[in-house]
Amino acid sequence: MSLTKDDVRKIAFLARIRVPDERLEPLAGELNNIVGWVEQLGEVNTDGVEPMTSVVETETPMRKDEVTEGGITDKVLSNAPDGEGPFYGVPKVVE
Amino acid sequence: MMSDLRDWTIASASDALEKGEVSSVELTGAFIEAMEAGRTLNAFITETPELARERAAESDARRKNGDARGPMDGVPIAMKDLFCTEGVRTTAASHILDNFIPTYESTVSGNLRDAGSVMLGKTNLDEFAMGSANITSYFGSVKNPWTPEGANANLVPGGSSGGSVAAVSGGLAIAATGTDTGGSIRQPASFTGLVGMKPTYGRCSRWGVVAFASSLDQAGPLTRNVEDAAIMLQAMAGHDPKDSTSLPLDMPDCRAACTRDAKGLRVGIPKEYTLDSMPAEIQKLWDQGAQWFRDMGADVVEVSLPHTKYALPTYYIVAPAEASSNLARYDGVRYGFRKDGASLDEMYELTRGEGFGAEVQRRVMIGTYVLSAGYYDAYYVKAQQVRTLIAEDFKKVFNDVDVLLTPTAPSAAFFEGEKMDDPIAMYLNDVFTVPASLAGLPAISVPGGLDTSGLPLGLQLISGVCQEETLFRAASALEEAAGFTARPGEMA
Repeated sequence: MSLTKDDVRKIAFLARIRVPDERLEPLAGELNNIVGWVEQLGEVNTDGVEPMTSVVETETPMRKDEVTEGGITDKVLSNAPDGEGPFYGVPKVVE
Repeated sequence: MMSDLRDWTIASASDALEKGEVSSVELTGAFIEAMEAGRTLNAFITETPELARERAAESDARRKNGDARGPMDGVPIAMKDLFCTEGVRTTAASHILDNFIPTYESTVSGNLRDAGSVMLGKTNLDEFAMGSANITSYFGSVKNPWTPEGANANLVPGGSSGGSVAAVSGGLAIAATGTDTGGSIRQPASFTGLVGMKPTYGRCSRWGVVAFASSLDQAGPLTRNVEDAAIMLQAMAGHDPKDSTSLPLDMPDCRAACTRDAKGLRVGIPKEYTLDSMPAEIQKLWDQGAQWFRDMGADVVEVSLPHTKYALPTYYIVAPAEASSNLARYDGVRYGFRKDGASLDEMYELTRGEGFGAEVQRRVMIGTYVLSAGYYDAYYVKAQQVRTLIAEDFKKVFNDVDVLLTPTAPSAAFFEGEKMDDPIAMYLNDVFTVPASLAGLPAISVPGGLDTSGLPLGLQLISGVCQEETLFRAASALEEAAGFTARPGEMA
């Protein structure tokens, strides 16, 4: 399996990263090297092996499902690039 | 005041503060001067001298009233710029966060603050902790204090915690925090002659730490010696309800474990860690390490971890997959850098295309690919299955031995510009550190000796899950046997 320039364009859009056209080809080469290298995992027999879901087996403590904080709109918005009143501003999404 | 600030350890500073031989304000002032004089290392992204003086004065006041909070109180340390710090810019060394000022404190930095330690500033790192040489930072690369005088290029300090190790090794801080996803504490410690310790996954809360790969990320200390690592870890670790993967266990007394000898300790040498490409000096140091343990009355045996060679490729599926998901939050909407676009999608694309550096983009795209429809089972599920096998290898081996001894890294520090064209050559730096990360195991790098160019080399010890006491016991024995005292700029 080898990634083409078009595949990279598609992946870049899925990741919402703008990649200039002239970078697509070299990037395809770089990603192919990495993907080709990780494909050696194909050699490993993993029949019947559970995929890891928890690194350290332990009982996860439960907490009460209750509101512990709130009413900090100013703090929440303090780093917003385009805060508008108590909202985040974004380009128009509804026509 | 000691003329060479590198003579200070957490233990000696704590002792001197307690005896009133020095005040935290004096000690902190000396390190602030050193930090400012050491700017050529580029170890810090943000210096916080006013905050440091304030906290030092508070510490002195507490001590005067008999309310000192333990061995970290008044000790000046550096904070990796991946820990969110209230009111202090936190960048993750990325353009996309270069104006981000958290309104909250990470649990680990908060624990250290509550223990009384004095933060000098925020240290440089690879962008989003993705790298092994600290050359991907938006704020420029970090210089290893071990760089020989008159060299044409700088030696890299390792990564991703490169600023933290440069600060400690260069005498700009007594100790520093690091984070380790695949080796980012241990490999830079090895490159700079320091001790770097990654605890069991879940010992240190991840809350408020800028996320890279959540199932691997762990914070830990970077210090001058093993005892300091135990002291600092004690202050950093502990259960945190705000991190659901935080272990609901108390940290054992690791400092006490440092006084026990290695007699009867069972030390395993994993045969799969021998690489054809490994420099002879590293093999020699590794053999020497095994001999030191034998001389101290430990039982040294060869063991096998058959899936070792698959650890690195497994890591380079799992870590990018988790990173692509974690870094989805940088959308230019709620915080961080934004580049305006005509549509929402265009705004996202331009923001992330300009805000992320090349290595971060590469990893996010790899992660996006291995998680995408049709490839998820072939790559991600497969990698998590191999990860189970890697963890089982370790589990079996720890039925027979207490600790494993390996080299920390396959080379000493290299010059900036080397290994830069080929991402995989750079990834190989972590070949010995990644397996323990995948299995969530505690591991520590201890300086073992110097290579023929006079550069430090570390040895790594790995123990079973939550066996930090055994790990510290073995590490302090190894430290004593190695007797490493070399420093940058001084020939041993």
